[in-house]
Amino acid sequence: MRTVIYLGVGILFGIVLFKSEAASWFRIYEMFQFGSFHMYGIIGSAVVIGSVFIQFAKKGKITSFSGNKINMVPKERGFYRYLLGGIIFGLGWALAGACPGPLFVLAGAGYLPIVIVIIASILGTFLYGLLKDKLPH
Amino acid sequence: MNWIQQPWPWYVAGPLIALVMILLLMLDKKMGMSSNLRTLCAICGAGKTTSFFRFNWKAQRWNLVVALGMILGGFIGGNLLSEDPTVHIASNAITEDLKEMGFSDVGNAYAPDKLYADNVFNDPIMLLILVVGGLLVGFGARYAGGCTSGHAISGLSDLQLPSLIAVIGFFIGGLLMVHFIFPLIF
Repeated sequence: MRTVIYLGVGILFGIVLFKSEAASWFRIYEMFQFGSFHMYGIIGSAVVIGSVFIQFAKKGKITSFSGNKINMVPKERGFYRYLLGGIIFGLGWALAGACPGPLFVLAGAGYLPIVIVIIASILGTFLYGLLKDKLPH
Repeated sequence: MNWIQQPWPWYVAGPLIALVMILLLMLDKKMGMSSNLRTLCAICGAGKTTSFFRFNWKAQRWNLVVALGMILGGFIGGNLLSEDPTVHIASNAITEDLKEMGFSDVGNAYAPDKLYADNVFNDPIMLLILVVGGLLVGFGARYAGGCTSGHAISGLSDLQLPSLIAVIGFFIGGLLMVHFIFPLIF
């Protein structure tokens, strides 16, 4: 049953990313050229609504479907990993025009070359695993 | 029902993305798409090489199911819910820039043919660009501990300073790419 729910959540997310054009290379280029409010509106409104929910959840006013406390795990402290990793990610996001969510969405929409990007992103993740201990975090 | 077939405005998409994040929290999970790349590494046996991939990936199966749903969602959004998926860029200046760089199908496509039409399989330079793009996305996401969904949406919603630093990094990288590297490669 839970599997069906996760599948449904994924389908919703996939449809939204495609239909909002957040999975379009052109929209990502436009965002990094500050050419439109569109992408900023998407991320901004999601964050505003999300943060209101999380504030209520943290005060214990909302519990999960199974009755548990909604647990927000704080990110590890650090600076270099977030800045340097973020910059590397941003370079790739702008070049490929897709972040990890849209990789799956574009595959489903039938853009075959995205498979190359997906395989390369798995390899990139593997490379990080190999080099992890040598990198500043 | 015509609006469904049109591109969805930000004030519809943003709240729906928040809904996705909230639904996952209500299911005792948290949103993060790039984690699936690590899980896929583990499934492929990367744990034999590095301890980073030695974890109980079966506990992450739920997220792979979400990713599978996203593939289906991409199919539905692209084929059933879009009469015409063309992305219209409002700014003429940006449209002209893109045409000059050889993206002649701007205003006529969802993804540029230059990178995402099937004939890139015969174009070693464009293939290399896709490979480099993917490597950077995968490496950077794991180094930063998350991608757009984990940091920009989920982390910022939780007012996490590390996520803010990561998102600033995303923008430094993206701005460097389109303003300084694109003129060299396109």
